[in-house]
Amino acid sequence: MSTPTTWTIAGVRAALESKKISARELAAEFYARINARNAELNAFLTLSPERAYAQADRIDATIARGGALPPLAGVPIAIKDVLSTRGIRTTCASKILENYVPPYDATAVERLDGAGAVFLGKTNCDEFAMGGSNENSAYGPVRNPVAPDRVPGGSSGGSAAAVAAGLAVAALGTDTGGSIRQPGAYCGVPGLMPTYGRVSRYGLVAFASSLDKIGPLTSNVADAAALMQAIAGHDLNDSTSADLPVPNYSAELDKPLDWLRIGVPEDYFGEGIEPDVKAKVEAGIALLNKLGCRRVPLKMPHTDYAIAAYYLIATAEASSNLARYDGVRYGLRVPGSTLTEMYRNTRERGFGPEVKRRIMLGTYALSAGYYDAYYLRAQKVRALIAQDFSDAFQKVDVIVTPTSPTPAFRLGEKTADPLQMYLADIYTVTGSLAGVPGISVPCGMTKAGLPVGMQIFGPHFSEARVMQVAHAFEKAGGASV
Amino acid sequence: MKISREDVVRVAELAHLGLTPEEVEKYREQLDAILTYVEKMNELDLEKLEPMAQVLHAAGGDRHPELREDTLQPCDAAAPILAQASDAANPFFRVPRVIER
Repeated sequence: MSTPTTWTIAGVRAALESKKISARELAAEFYARINARNAELNAFLTLSPERAYAQADRIDATIARGGALPPLAGVPIAIKDVLSTRGIRTTCASKILENYVPPYDATAVERLDGAGAVFLGKTNCDEFAMGGSNENSAYGPVRNPVAPDRVPGGSSGGSAAAVAAGLAVAALGTDTGGSIRQPGAYCGVPGLMPTYGRVSRYGLVAFASSLDKIGPLTSNVADAAALMQAIAGHDLNDSTSADLPVPNYSAELDKPLDWLRIGVPEDYFGEGIEPDVKAKVEAGIALLNKLGCRRVPLKMPHTDYAIAAYYLIATAEASSNLARYDGVRYGLRVPGSTLTEMYRNTRERGFGPEVKRRIMLGTYALSAGYYDAYYLRAQKVRALIAQDFSDAFQKVDVIVTPTSPTPAFRLGEKTADPLQMYLADIYTVTGSLAGVPGISVPCGMTKAGLPVGMQIFGPHFSEARVMQVAHAFEKAGGASV
Repeated sequence: MKISREDVVRVAELAHLGLTPEEVEKYREQLDAILTYVEKMNELDLEKLEPMAQVLHAAGGDRHPELREDTLQPCDAAAPILAQASDAANPFFRVPRVIER
């Protein structure tokens, strides 16, 4: 039996329908791939063969009796380990949740299950999704499959690496300040951050609740659309999920680009960008131009203030969200003679250095006497950045930028200086603060052979348009501009 | 200097984090660098702006999050939830003594 190296969702469906392979055999093939490469890449933290084979057998039984297949029937999927999975250990890449087994599925996970997907296991990430290199995992870093001496990006580094290395057909990631888009860019796969509220956050272990989003990492844009179709939509269990109809994303993909106006903000091409990255994204924009898009120069004057606002807001929310890890109800407990001592011992032992740093920064920014100077001011800057976006979308249909100022950097290169690591998020945190959707799509390689990502932002709830542009770009050879 | 060792110790206490003396100094330096960086927000005139806590309102137009009906939903989850605790005595979580007498 010969099987293609890169499986797509459509490919899985065709192979199942023509009985070239069973869902169980396909799952087994992916576990064989994982067994061959995971020791090197460290993309998966937990494998869930029991659930995967049960899901696969359900699909095979449906095929055997000639029943209708659900949209993601038999598709082997990896799930970032900050998403709750019933009966499957969920660690958030933290020691504090090392043995935590959720009693329920996150809504996005439950919807994938309902759509027929097969859950291979849980992917590595930065602890509690805090980081841009996956080096903050308590279970060791992930290696970039394109260049194993380099980081895969973060925080959804394991999800991006698993898809890029062909260890899963698709993956769920989460994005708070760039955590889907940047690892997508570094590993050379598309990664979509949906609009805030488009995908329910129920069952996503909270980092920064006003910024957290769940989205797909896939080997192609059409597969991102298929995953979005399954996970998007209103959920009574998340009061911030939007009660708006979900478009037919796949049907929108092949619509003509129709003289679309693409905004190119000069603020994203200035100081700090690597010339190679700039050149590739410029080539990408030229390709979009050739495809019938009109280039419109833009100014987004508050871009330079986004990092400051983001790191105050995200850490303030994190310090509050992570207060729940106290050793009482779940996760690690380190005994102490008093309740307070138990809290302190548990949190000292359970949290890694970056999580502690962010809890400290957030606690400080919210503390008496500093709230106005830091947290409140950051929220006002957030309003200005959101305004930059809404002003821009008066003039253009999408905004195109680099995803990251550099390609994947070397393991260990930036760990000594947290501020330098934060500054690298400059192009992604803007859209996070504004709550707009954004996709990173592969846009050529640097001279050293490292993938470059081009980012496409759209107005709120315009995932269909953003994926339409990314899909056209991909089909026109964007990955090798 | 934006933040002193005493500030770091106080914040760690508020956050229930135990820190070694080396960690106190390391975090002091790193937080100081970050807090110095975020000062750049002071270049902006923010006086008249409303703080923006979340984007849902902006994103959904007039769609404020609706509260759902307050009806009972079956939730028979006590047993699996208690099973995750390191010290539970059904139906309670046990913790070290809080009140001395």
